[in-house]
Amino acid sequence: MTVERVLPTAEAHDLIDLVRELAGKEVAPRAAADEATGRFPREVFTTLGRSGLLGLPYPEEHGGAAQPYEVYLQVIEELAAGWLAVGLGLSVHTLSCFPVAAYGTDAQRAELLPEMLGGELLGAYCLSEPHSGSDAAALTTRAARDADGYTVDGVKAWITHGGAADFYTLMARTSPDGARGISCFHVPAGTPGLSFGEPERKMGMKSSPTAQVRFDAARLGPDALVGSEGEGFRIAMAALDGGRLGIAACAVGVAQAAFDAAASYARERRQFGSRIADFQGVGFMLADMATRIAAARALYLDAARLRDAGRPYGTQAAMAKLFATDMCMNVTTDAVQVLGGYGYVEDFPVERYMREAKVLQIVEGTNQVQRLVISRAVAKG
Amino acid sequence: MNIVVCVKQVPDTATERKLRSDDKTLDRDAADGVINELCEYAVEEALRLKEAHGGEVTVLTMGPGKATDTIRKALAMGADKAVHLVDDALHGSDALGTSYALAQTLKKIGFDLVVLGSESTDARTGVLAAMLAERLGVPQLTFSNKVEVNGETITAQRVTDYGYDRVEASLPAVVSVVEKINEPRYPSFKGIMAAKKKPVTTLGIADAEIDASQVGLANSWSEVVDFAAAPPRAAGTIVKDEGDGGVKTADFLASKKFV
Repeated sequence: MTVERVLPTAEAHDLIDLVRELAGKEVAPRAAADEATGRFPREVFTTLGRSGLLGLPYPEEHGGAAQPYEVYLQVIEELAAGWLAVGLGLSVHTLSCFPVAAYGTDAQRAELLPEMLGGELLGAYCLSEPHSGSDAAALTTRAARDADGYTVDGVKAWITHGGAADFYTLMARTSPDGARGISCFHVPAGTPGLSFGEPERKMGMKSSPTAQVRFDAARLGPDALVGSEGEGFRIAMAALDGGRLGIAACAVGVAQAAFDAAASYARERRQFGSRIADFQGVGFMLADMATRIAAARALYLDAARLRDAGRPYGTQAAMAKLFATDMCMNVTTDAVQVLGGYGYVEDFPVERYMREAKVLQIVEGTNQVQRLVISRAVAKG
Repeated sequence: MNIVVCVKQVPDTATERKLRSDDKTLDRDAADGVINELCEYAVEEALRLKEAHGGEVTVLTMGPGKATDTIRKALAMGADKAVHLVDDALHGSDALGTSYALAQTLKKIGFDLVVLGSESTDARTGVLAAMLAERLGVPQLTFSNKVEVNGETITAQRVTDYGYDRVEASLPAVVSVVEKINEPRYPSFKGIMAAKKKPVTTLGIADAEIDASQVGLANSWSEVVDFAAAPPRAAGTIVKDEGDGGVKTADFLASKKFV
């Protein structure tokens, strides 16, 4: 079912119409086959890029589309409803562009952003390491400065688009000084000393490559540094606030797709002479699903509007990510239940939605970390 | 090169399409209007020819006020400007009347090349390109799956039952295209924004010097006498495989002239 959207401008409605056409014709029809084989649909991102969707929330002067987060996130939601690997991929790409866009020098922005946002390139974001996940400030990948730039050594883990991306936004340690010793770098693919692990064998999102990104005496020039030395952790956390909203939007999209499948099945499936949607046991489940989806959408849009207004929104972003992804797990699980045996087999998409939902409770900060963020804000008063 | 692409708004094939009971014309309120699919291929081919040879692409449509949505779609893909022929007197024109009205408009706005889809999903007469070429007194290269322009010469591969004919003509000319010719592009977000500022000229029949006695339902040479809903699809033929399923299937296909 088409989601009724209140958007701020006529151009945003045109954008959503375009995205729905792309999602319906280029994204959703390929999802099941590529998820079954684990093939990465790089060409779908090229199609999205040529339609101008790979730089939506960034300024027009650098090749973006100057769209508010309120609109950009609804684009993510529509794409994720078609195929999470694409919606989440776009969210990760957009996150990867954030440090250069927000903290880069004018020269870096002018040189790098047009290509990063132009649609032909795809980004990856390298923060986590095998032994540094929730405790991101404990990362050990080292960028040692010398006269000509930096030498990077270390391993980044769980990197979406690892091995497939055209550039890597890297957080690495430039001094032993904890969170204040981390710096941000822009690393093009093909940098000598950069290599990749085998893609992880995941429970879902099998078509989106997740791999280790390894740095073995990788050489970066001095202008690879984004922001100042030591500013990396602050940049990473600011990027993640936006990234969390992207994940919340993905969760709402996947849940909406699962709900649509379950509701349409319940309207057709007849048992004991009635449509199962007319049985209260099923009907109330569907009612709860629809309500939770609507609530999660309202929550991420509320956080987005705070961001668009230039107000602090980190706590609201954590709330949206927490609520939307837990909701998504819940709704996709119920969608499988509504379809019964049919829900458990691969001939219907709902088992895929359920597997996809799980990763959203983990990425961009586990939901336990989101509770930590929210509870700290509450305790601080 | 001055290229004009004729596009048509048709009822969405994904929805239920109806005729009006009063005058037996299309019920435009019953279904969403979308650009005819083959017209997208025509627009794409026009844009590719412009990209290769320079010039300008003008979209021409004849249709009611809400056909502007279809014009915007073609402009968002990259066409430069549009002409919208709209007049109540045109309502119900058959293919002959439509070809006359479009020919008069094309004479008015000028062209080196006219590109059309080879048929529309609503009326499906597939004759408009040929009629238009006759009206204009220029060569027709219809059902093309490949088009090349070299100076004043246009070459096309014309799809036939047995393969294709290679046909050649001098410009100006009329070309109609089939879906194998290209893969239409999606508009970009920037293209959609830009389309809002592109010029759309609206013409009535007087502006295009169209004689009212040759267009419209009352002056059509053909008439819809009666119509009925398509019957539900009949049960198919089931071939039981008793070791000779392949032969039976092939015989069936041969009897329908598929093989």
